[in-house]
Amino acid sequence: MTVSETPVIASALLTNEVGLHARPAVKLTQLAKSFGATVELALEPDGPWVDAKSPVRIMRVKAPKGALLLFRAWGGDADAAVGALVDLVERRFDEDAGEEADRA
Amino acid sequence: MNRRASSKNVGVVIVSHSSKVAEGAADMVRQMVGDAVPLAFTGGNADGGLGTDVAAILAAIDRAWTPAGVVILVDLGGAETNSEMAVEMLDDKRRSHVAVCNAPIVEGAVIAATEASGGSPLATVKRTAEELSPQ
Repeated sequence: MTVSETPVIASALLTNEVGLHARPAVKLTQLAKSFGATVELALEPDGPWVDAKSPVRIMRVKAPKGALLLFRAWGGDADAAVGALVDLVERRFDEDAGEEADRA
Repeated sequence: MNRRASSKNVGVVIVSHSSKVAEGAADMVRQMVGDAVPLAFTGGNADGGLGTDVAAILAAIDRAWTPAGVVILVDLGGAETNSEMAVEMLDDKRRSHVAVCNAPIVEGAVIAATEASGGSPLATVKRTAEELSPQ
């Protein structure tokens, strides 16, 4: 991997109720896998950075609601990958619409 | 090879002693991972009781079959030995494309399907599912 290159970095606030639990973790890794770029996720700038394409590692992060997710990526479509992942988190993994409708 | 085509993704087979467990685990895979991965399940013996059945496992492998191969998730002892027996009964060409995972059945099925949905090869799907096992 061309780690010497400057990575694309972005962050997104995790606001869905369950945090980065099983289902959001699956969606996140599936989306990450759709890009060629190397994509990593961490809760702190110092890491530990984990492979955003590994569902097991992403679930082990156990990021709770309110956590700031940091993404970094290298490679041809790194910009698109980070953008899409931030968008997914900010859309609350497309899961809240149903939950809110249930509560209403 | 077009890795995005679902028929080229590794398939997942769930083998439990209980048809309800097998079906429930398959439901979780479908809901959490989606339809990009061929999926089949079997549970219970030929009499409808708890157990596993080699012929039913073979049929499940057939339903989930893709050229990329199939991973099998099992629960307790008999499910594993019967799955291994089913694998041995496959023809040589298919046998090398089937792997029984040493992973918890429900979590393993979800994780394996997640990995497979990204187009990963058989060995990667198996390894990712087995990362779940206690270290």
